Amino acid sequence: MTDLTQEMISAEIADRHLREQGSTTVHPRRDFAPYRSTVLRHPTHELVRADPEEIERVSPAFGHTDVAVHESDLTIQHAGEPLGERIIVTGRVLDGDGLPVRGQLVEVWQANAGGRYAHKRDQHPAPLDPNFTGVGRIITGDDGSYRLTTIKPGPYPWRNHRNAWRPAHIHFSFFGTAFTQRLITQMYFPGDPLFGLDPIYQSITDPAARARLVARYDHEVSQSERALGYRWDVVLTGPRATWTEPEGSDHA
Amino acid sequence: MPEQTPGQTVGPFFGFALPYDGGPEVRAPWQPDAIRLHGIVLDGEGSPVPDAVIEVWGADGDGRPSTERGSLDRDPHGFTGFGRAATSEDGHYAFSTVKPGVGRPGSAPYVVLAVFARGLLHHLLTRAYFGDEPDANAIDPLLRRVDPDRRGTLVATVDGPRSYRLDLRLQGPGETVFLDYGTEQ
Repeated sequence: MTDLTQEMISAEIADRHLREQGSTTVHPRRDFAPYRSTVLRHPTHELVRADPEEIERVSPAFGHTDVAVHESDLTIQHAGEPLGERIIVTGRVLDGDGLPVRGQLVEVWQANAGGRYAHKRDQHPAPLDPNFTGVGRIITGDDGSYRLTTIKPGPYPWRNHRNAWRPAHIHFSFFGTAFTQRLITQMYFPGDPLFGLDPIYQSITDPAARARLVARYDHEVSQSERALGYRWDVVLTGPRATWTEPEGSDHA
Repeated sequence: MPEQTPGQTVGPFFGFALPYDGGPEVRAPWQPDAIRLHGIVLDGEGSPVPDAVIEVWGADGDGRPSTERGSLDRDPHGFTGFGRAATSEDGHYAFSTVKPGVGRPGSAPYVVLAVFARGLLHHLLTRAYFGDEPDANAIDPLLRRVDPDRRGTLVATVDGPRSYRLDLRLQGPGETVFLDYGTEQ
């Protein structure tokens, strides 16, 4: 087990945040060393600016032949009910102009209520739940909406440093109207005490951007005597501006 | 204006969720126009990355994006253009697909690749051009903009009949050229 303490990781996070203060970069820094697995897995060259051609300005088509309706309910995939707190997560997928992303694929996966994934490499000694796999799919509606019924995942330990714990989260995968809008991310729950300690969440250095990964509790979504409701909207923007090839830009 | 939702790593535990039966078979391998596109994903020390997932998105043989549904539930006679493959224990990925036609006059044919992995906090996009298209590659506007020393990282080499190989190096010597379509923000 590693000798790295939470204090050391937290100090590294604070130092990096200080250096990035005022930056409005939305996405995580790929070279965010407090998450140790990034060290050998981030490119060191600047990305090369590319002009999207037609293939990159459209997206794969998914439809109801690809996804069955019951795939949006993770609590009905087995003979019995899964253990844990039943929840509904709903929201809209929008593009940068606020228009709905219609008829597109949303994929989710998560740990069970005890913080254990139904994945062979997950060695966390929390019980597997025979009534919970933790995988779902949804096709967005005409208003870009998705709706998922599941159980609230538990936080779980990982080996980034000693006593490292991930805040509870659901993994989400989205397709936009263009392949350049492809997004895989994680949705978190409001008020999690682990936020400040987690190098994955904190790899987004802009606090306003980080906050956009946190769902809000919505009593209108909750169902009496059945489930608590959370709302989380997602925005998939395209390129910031039309890009044109600069003059004499060979070998940029 | 609504603001972009940030990305997060795919993590280590996507294997029971993202890969699916038929995911790598964008074009059924027995189809006469099927090609193999494969390679190894490597980290900054040259070690294989066994917990990556690669997606391909490419036009059809005439250079047109497919509007067919069914990427998750394949029609063996169809072509949706989209595929997904997790890397194996030795970091290998492999797809069966078609070699796209040219998308834009003056451009070379290519397939778009998205790379997700544990330790990669936000996915990376790149293109796989084809090594047996030297004339088209020589005038392709993107390839021309890339440092000649790095250009080869975008070009899959012919390694057998109807087979192309493109290794993806996330870091270090021979690091793959990854692309920013104006969505890195």
